Amino acid sequence: MRPPSPSIPEKKFLYDALKQSLRLDGRDMLDFRTPTFTFGPELGWVECAMGKTRVIAQLDAKMVKPLPERPFEGIITIHSEISPMASPDYEPGRPSEEEVTLTRMLDKVLRRSDTIDKESLCILAGQRVWQLRLTIHVLADAGNILDCSCLAGIVAFKHFRKPEVEVIGDEVIVHSPSERAPISLAIHHTPFCVTFAFFPDALTRPVVDPSLLEQRLSSGLMSIAMNAQREICVLHKAGGVPTAPEEVLRLINVTSILVKDLDRRVEARLLEDWEGRKVEVR
Amino acid sequence: MSIVLPGEQVPAQHVNLKLGPGLLQLSSETQQQAKSAPVIATRSGVLNHSANKSKWWVEGNSRRYVPAPQESVIGVITGRSGEGWRVDIGSAHPASLDGLAFEGATKRNKPSLKVGSLLYARVSLAHKDMEPELECFDAQTHKADGFGELKDGFVLQCSLQMSRLLLDPKHFLLPLLGSRFPLEAAVGMNGKVWVSTKETKHTITIVRCIEAVDPDGGGMDETNVKKFLSKLDI
Repeated sequence: MRPPSPSIPEKKFLYDALKQSLRLDGRDMLDFRTPTFTFGPELGWVECAMGKTRVIAQLDAKMVKPLPERPFEGIITIHSEISPMASPDYEPGRPSEEEVTLTRMLDKVLRRSDTIDKESLCILAGQRVWQLRLTIHVLADAGNILDCSCLAGIVAFKHFRKPEVEVIGDEVIVHSPSERAPISLAIHHTPFCVTFAFFPDALTRPVVDPSLLEQRLSSGLMSIAMNAQREICVLHKAGGVPTAPEEVLRLINVTSILVKDLDRRVEARLLEDWEGRKVEVR
Repeated sequence: MSIVLPGEQVPAQHVNLKLGPGLLQLSSETQQQAKSAPVIATRSGVLNHSANKSKWWVEGNSRRYVPAPQESVIGVITGRSGEGWRVDIGSAHPASLDGLAFEGATKRNKPSLKVGSLLYARVSLAHKDMEPELECFDAQTHKADGFGELKDGFVLQCSLQMSRLLLDPKHFLLPLLGSRFPLEAAVGMNGKVWVSTKETKHTITIVRCIEAVDPDGGGMDETNVKKFLSKLDI
């Protein structure tokens, strides 16, 4: 069932409000919703909530035989599915356009941009490597599940600890977390995704982090994935409104400011959670 | 005041028993007397009854609307179906509205509605597995009485309990907002509220206040709403 398009009064009101630079939830045009993170009892489980949009990311690892053409690298797989739990507009089984965009973006931002050092996942060359499986569940869709999912994914990677492994000759010994402290993944950089929504009226500026109604009534979306070192990992603009290069550069600058703030927030929250988990061994 | 879950039997017995929302009397052919037919709850919530125990109902909160007759709802037209319209009221089935179900409508003189228009209508027929039917006039007087197309303004979604609170004349929110600026509102029992004011920022204020007072989103009380309003620029 295709999502019902918004009614005529909603459309007219939203466009009028945006012309006056007013958003329905009182945010500024370039305001991101503050994300809140809840960590589960096990490492690598995180729930990211941005306003009413909620996404759970879960990471687990197991040892497998590596691919024959890449015997020194680990394997990372990302599994994301939007179930009807997120919103009654999604159908089970049939991937909607948004789901396809989500899968592709997660793949580009978290896997192909080399966030995790795959060679560090190798245990015994040609025989045993770590396979990391990231599962993304979308719990509630109040707009912009793409940014929320990317955020949840990268925080799950940072939160996760893999068990320590000792290799003696050809023998592999896996130590349980109670014997030896598990080690964190080797992360090269931390990309964050920021989405902008454009509207048909030429005088309306683009908005950051669109809500559900803004996303439905937008005429185009652009997502920029950047890390705190101002390196662009992914720039995704599939159709929509033609945009001038100066405008794109301006939005990239806006993204770099937002990403610095996000990075600071994520680091602080991860540190806070880790302090709570420290166990002293006497 | 006990909490009931769907399927639980309810001790409702009276000569003139009237069952309100959330209760169903199971009819059984083997039962000889109507008095012993069991009454079960179909929704989860708090069980209430009137003083003389003749009226019983279940009060709960949910976001999904189950249509019941004589309730006023706000719907969006999604398409035409023959002589009438297909309207989305947020229930499991889309509702149907006959093209002539308006005040003073004849075959030659029909109201001009488009796909995407907002309507304030009354549910005239609603059964468990059938499509509900709507009408845009009052049942007894056959006059419009506020039903019909809603032009301009904005419609927002809230929980069902919030829409019941807004319809209660003793609730504080709408009179409080009305004392600050002129507003027009239509509340649908399906969790949709239409508001219209002269200025965009006033409408945004109402939307934010309703979302804040909604029991699902925090349930702000009167003093906090006043503080919230003083911080906004009206």
